[in-house]
Amino acid sequence: MNNHPWHPVPIDSQESTLLEIADLALTRATDKGATGAEVSMGHGQGISVTVRRGQVETVEHNRDKSLGVTVFFEHRSGSADTTDYSASAVESCVDAACNIARFTEQDEFNGLAEPDLLATEFPELDLYHPWDLDMEQAIELAQRCEQAALDQDKRITNTEGGSISSHHGSELYANSNGFRGLSRSSRHSTSCSVIAGEGDSMQRDYWFDSCRDRNDLMPPEEVGKETARRTLRRLGARKIRTGDYPVIYEAPVAGSLMSHLVSAINGSSLYRQASFLLDSKGEQIFNRKIRIHEQPLLKKASGSASFDNEGVATKSRDIVTAGVLNDYVLNSYSSRKLGLQTTGNAGGVHNLTIDSTLKGGLENLLSQMGTGLLVSELIGFGVNTVTGDYSRGAFGFWVENGKIEYPVQEFTIAGNLRDMFMSIEAVGSDVDTRRSTRTGSILISKLTVAGE
Amino acid sequence: MSELIQLAQQSLWHPTGLVEQDISRTLGKIMTPGVDYADLYFQYSRHESWALDEGTVKSGNYGIDQGVGVRAIAGEKTGFAYSDEITGSALLDAATAARSIAMSYKDAGAIAVRDGGTMVPLYQPLDPLDSMQDKEKVELLRQVEQIARQLDPKVKQVTVSLAAVQDTIMVARADGLLAADIRPLVRMNVSVIVEHNGRREQGSMGGGGRFGMDYFTQQDRAGEYAKEAVRQALVNLDARDAPAGEMTVVLGPGWPGILLHEAIGHGLEGDFNRKGTSTFSGRIGETVASSQCTVVDDGTIRDRRGSLTIDDEGEPSQNTVLIENGVLKGYMQDQMNARLMGMKPTGNGRRESYAHLPMPRMTNTYMLPGDCDPNEIIASVDKGLYAVNFGGGQVDITSGKFVFSASEAYRIENGKATHPVKGATLIGNGPEVLTRVSMVGNDLALDSGVGVCGKDGQSVPVGVGQPTIRIDGLTVGGVSVE
Repeated sequence: MNNHPWHPVPIDSQESTLLEIADLALTRATDKGATGAEVSMGHGQGISVTVRRGQVETVEHNRDKSLGVTVFFEHRSGSADTTDYSASAVESCVDAACNIARFTEQDEFNGLAEPDLLATEFPELDLYHPWDLDMEQAIELAQRCEQAALDQDKRITNTEGGSISSHHGSELYANSNGFRGLSRSSRHSTSCSVIAGEGDSMQRDYWFDSCRDRNDLMPPEEVGKETARRTLRRLGARKIRTGDYPVIYEAPVAGSLMSHLVSAINGSSLYRQASFLLDSKGEQIFNRKIRIHEQPLLKKASGSASFDNEGVATKSRDIVTAGVLNDYVLNSYSSRKLGLQTTGNAGGVHNLTIDSTLKGGLENLLSQMGTGLLVSELIGFGVNTVTGDYSRGAFGFWVENGKIEYPVQEFTIAGNLRDMFMSIEAVGSDVDTRRSTRTGSILISKLTVAGE
Repeated sequence: MSELIQLAQQSLWHPTGLVEQDISRTLGKIMTPGVDYADLYFQYSRHESWALDEGTVKSGNYGIDQGVGVRAIAGEKTGFAYSDEITGSALLDAATAARSIAMSYKDAGAIAVRDGGTMVPLYQPLDPLDSMQDKEKVELLRQVEQIARQLDPKVKQVTVSLAAVQDTIMVARADGLLAADIRPLVRMNVSVIVEHNGRREQGSMGGGGRFGMDYFTQQDRAGEYAKEAVRQALVNLDARDAPAGEMTVVLGPGWPGILLHEAIGHGLEGDFNRKGTSTFSGRIGETVASSQCTVVDDGTIRDRRGSLTIDDEGEPSQNTVLIENGVLKGYMQDQMNARLMGMKPTGNGRRESYAHLPMPRMTNTYMLPGDCDPNEIIASVDKGLYAVNFGGGQVDITSGKFVFSASEAYRIENGKATHPVKGATLIGNGPEVLTRVSMVGNDLALDSGVGVCGKDGQSVPVGVGQPTIRIDGLTVGGVSVE
């Protein structure tokens, strides 16, 4: 209650406004009789520019702020949100949350995180590198990116443009147990999308890079060239014969398998018994080569944080060791429901990483597979977390003797995630670091492919 | 001044003392030389949601979001800025940022705005949040849970959610149009998990529209959602592996109309066609479906989830024919793409909020009924799949490949729907799939009012519908290879 941990950065005027408003909201909640309250706030600003055929298409100026409050009256709770930071709007927002709590029901598992689990250390994670990017500069970078893609090949016939965006802001989490956690972050992105071919045989693809620090961004020309390469390689796509094949998920889409794992070992799926991995802690769910872990304190990374959305300290920890499920993904509420302790995952996982099992990247994985399918794009939502049944649309390449033979399209890949996890044979070293799930390409020994 | 505009001004302008002159001055500032269109979009949105989980109504949320989006268009260029403060100075700041796409800056004089005329509203300007006492909302959730649990002892988990939004919007355009809309929207979802002999399956059902929350207590709708969710889950307990490969597929009426939304709807949105990036680009007048297929996008159906009295650019919504007897007739347009393509706007300019740019989007997209008896359609198939409920779908508008995932489906054997099969994703080619429609039923149904469409990161409520149809050849993504 008495010790107020602060994030050790000099606070700017906007951030002190966040702290003042959070105090106002928490005081209002206590005055209204709440036994506990928490506030999440954020403000941010930025610019996004898209250029198409060398001409400006859109210039967007973003400036956002938000406030969300949750109040507890013993074990009843209510929440409310607003974008208006005026004192009267903040007070009405708290009042609205209190009003909701009059009608919700007692739930003994409701409440703030245990005070002894709250973060007390705030290491510098190097997430904040604002870029004073003006519109002219953004336009020029986007033009260079798109032009590089268009210059690659005559078969590139059309474009959806090149884009640059840059955003930065601050977030605050505060609760009535005295926790104040402030974090700053920035994100800059370069992206491009072009079309190759004509009429019925058109293909589109895209590429992007995204970083905390603009100095780490791939040069715009490189993003453009990679966009062109990915688009051109799709030309001449054929159908594929229905059957069972080994499948490689290329790194940019392999992270989706990890997100299905997280959905299945997430506290809310577990206590609702809505998971195909119910009671699997301690079980072998992958082969012995597989290690999956969280790295919340990785500098400059996309998913880094020293505390979660409830102020709980995040932990570097193994989720899967030697193929065995070690631990779940929990917040305070779901951990209490399950009789466990929170894992600091209110709001999600932090830099979930699947270690490579190979020294080499995609090339080595293709050789290991020999003959099968390389999947570069997935579409649709055919994943059932309750049963593990999996069936998604895909685009990819037919591979023979470790060599890509031709592109294939209009097929689905299907299986059950439990079997699919067990049949992950290898993970490449070509790690995609742009997202908060970090994985190389993944080889699965058998999936059912439906085509013609 | 119409009643809607007066009501909208009360919510949007009066709290900060904004007056018409502020609007005129802002529009004048944006319409610098070179800018050929501009609009201001004011929004005041209140939302509320309640959720029941594990037998307890343990969470509820209330929120307000308000702001103004300011847009300038010069040829194919768009400048856009927004503010969550609806004040004269915030408007002028946003106008300065938005007009930055122009080459030179010179304020035009004040631009007067006037009421665009009386539109007949397609829904009541009611407040769905206040349409029921909070205590009754909680009670309704509990009743629905009880109904679901009492239907079958295999029901192990029930979650029920109830959500309501009231959106008050006003559009002021540089051509002088002033238009307003008050849009209520409610939605309820019931989701259950059943367990038998160690096997667990789920089922879910929901509905809603532009009503008050009493919609769910009328005609026992909430109870019907619970029954339907349990029925689907129990069917799935008996489901076997779905087949893999190309086969004849019969789609049931209503929600399976998501086929139309994905396979052809997105590909007929004006922006993709102006840029030539859609597989349907430049194909108006061509045959893209069998002659039995007529498909429309109709934003004018009373009280529907996807309906709009006016779109987010102030244009009255329409019933637009997309495909008539198999021939491609038209695209769905917003202001910018219609102007650049030399076509008329079709009332499809929509945006998620004031902080997002409008785009051509669908409203309620459906296929008109044919004359086949649905039973005859199933009876006509020797071997195939009968799919009646679906989850989400997605499309690549450039290659035309689309998917949609069945959540309830049956094998058809010798003209009869036999045992249920597990959910599977269906994949096809947009310009091809409707040419394979060989029978169209007489049982047109629209979905129950739960559709959400995502495009470029923006979500908007939509509707779909269709009669029972037979498709001679679609790839079914099961695991059972024959």
